[in-house]
Amino acid sequence: MMNLPLSITKTISDWVYSIMPESAATVTIWVLIAAAYLALFAVAGLYLVLLERKVAAWFQLRLGPNRVGPGGLFQTMADALKLVSKELTSTIKVDKFLFNLAPYFVIVSALISISVLPFSRHFQAFDINIGVFFLLAVSSIGVIGILLGGWASNNKFALIGAMRSGLQTISYELSVGLSILTMVLLTGSLQLSEIIEVQRTGGWLIVQGHIPAIIAFMIFMIAGTAETNRAPFDLVEAESELGAGFHTEYSGMKFAYFFLAEFINMFIIASIAVVLFFGGWLSPFGITDNIAWFPESIWFLIKVLIIIFLMMWFRWTFPRLRVDQLLTLEWKYLLPINLVNIVIMAIVIWLNWTI
Amino acid sequence: MSYFSDIYHGIKTLFKGMSVTGGYFIRARKGSITQQYPDNRDTLKMFDRFRGEVVMPHDENNEHHCTGCQKCEIACPNGTIEIVWDRQVDPATGKKKKMIDKHIYHLSMCTMCGLCIEACPTDAIVWAQNYENSVYDRSALTKVLNQPGSKVKAGIED
Repeated sequence: MMNLPLSITKTISDWVYSIMPESAATVTIWVLIAAAYLALFAVAGLYLVLLERKVAAWFQLRLGPNRVGPGGLFQTMADALKLVSKELTSTIKVDKFLFNLAPYFVIVSALISISVLPFSRHFQAFDINIGVFFLLAVSSIGVIGILLGGWASNNKFALIGAMRSGLQTISYELSVGLSILTMVLLTGSLQLSEIIEVQRTGGWLIVQGHIPAIIAFMIFMIAGTAETNRAPFDLVEAESELGAGFHTEYSGMKFAYFFLAEFINMFIIASIAVVLFFGGWLSPFGITDNIAWFPESIWFLIKVLIIIFLMMWFRWTFPRLRVDQLLTLEWKYLLPINLVNIVIMAIVIWLNWTI
Repeated sequence: MSYFSDIYHGIKTLFKGMSVTGGYFIRARKGSITQQYPDNRDTLKMFDRFRGEVVMPHDENNEHHCTGCQKCEIACPNGTIEIVWDRQVDPATGKKKKMIDKHIYHLSMCTMCGLCIEACPTDAIVWAQNYENSVYDRSALTKVLNQPGSKVKAGIED
């Protein structure tokens, strides 16, 4: 059950239980939680798009959107309104059912994985004991949506883009999994809340595991960027080669779903990195741990935004890889390094060299 | 062993690239290259080499440098320049001399290649830095470059 530190949700749930029978109240609470997460999802998606555009502009010595609202704050709202009002077109030869289904695969998988993220001590909808595993499993479902979209579009560019996405996700899933496994060796638990509890006493995991943890973090960031299909791993979209890749034929809100899902996936990857390496919602050096009213989710969001900024920095610095370079990087470099790194981490833990 | 040096070299160059863009990110607020065009119309200054349109400068006595040699007309690859001329008596020497009546310039056909300006032996035509060339009627794009009543400056020979 989600519970903000200011106990807003506690008050609301007590009030709901007081005015209706228990079963109805439970359902109402579920609906409220779902609505809260949907709102979070929409706001995060919209404002990450804006952040991306602003950051991209600053990296290129431009100004970025600054016309709609104060400092361009409502730019993405206006864009979303435009996309909602646009006609949903499709070509004659598309597979109608799969074509319409594909965006929902992508967005639903992103939504499910956001439910296990620990925003603060109590703000976590779904704290299961296989949290990390669940996140990995669910976030990989998104690629099925991309494959379906590319296939159902009946367009060779979309199909090539989708196939590249499949190839990329299958390859880099391995690195993501193994780098997470390295950290799980250290924590001894897959439950996200417990991983954070481990870091309360011994410091953040990137400090606890010193060199193997830093290598694991670098590998996780590279593979995570590839998982989200962002530059320099955006072969899936590759505007210069494939038009727009798998979403060439999509328009209006269905296109926006793909677009939002990319940003939410970025948020999810950054959140996993924060939980696994930077102590989740724990404050640095415990400076606000004893202040009861201080929202811990602030720390979580700050850390996530820093990691997201890092990914945007990658995107606006590095050129796109070729397909063979992509596979060389994964199978010849990341995977062997990762396997050796796990062994080093095991030795470090075995000899008790952790800080 | 080039495997490990490749990894080292790769990571080093990645960080180098990131430091370059990181520097841009920090400097962006001060030195943005974007011009807020309609807002800064009063202060916006075009670059010296900008090619807006071809103009013919006149001095205070309404005199220009064009002798009507037609070299610009010949140099123009797409017939942008037409020169209407006739022979008149030059008051200084008393001899008949070629003089322009109208130097017609079709801005709508001009590709801003600059061959006419390079061909001009007397520097009678130059580039202007005018960048707002949109009009509602395309006939406004056909311009007569010499002002009415103007004449060639004394002593200009090609």
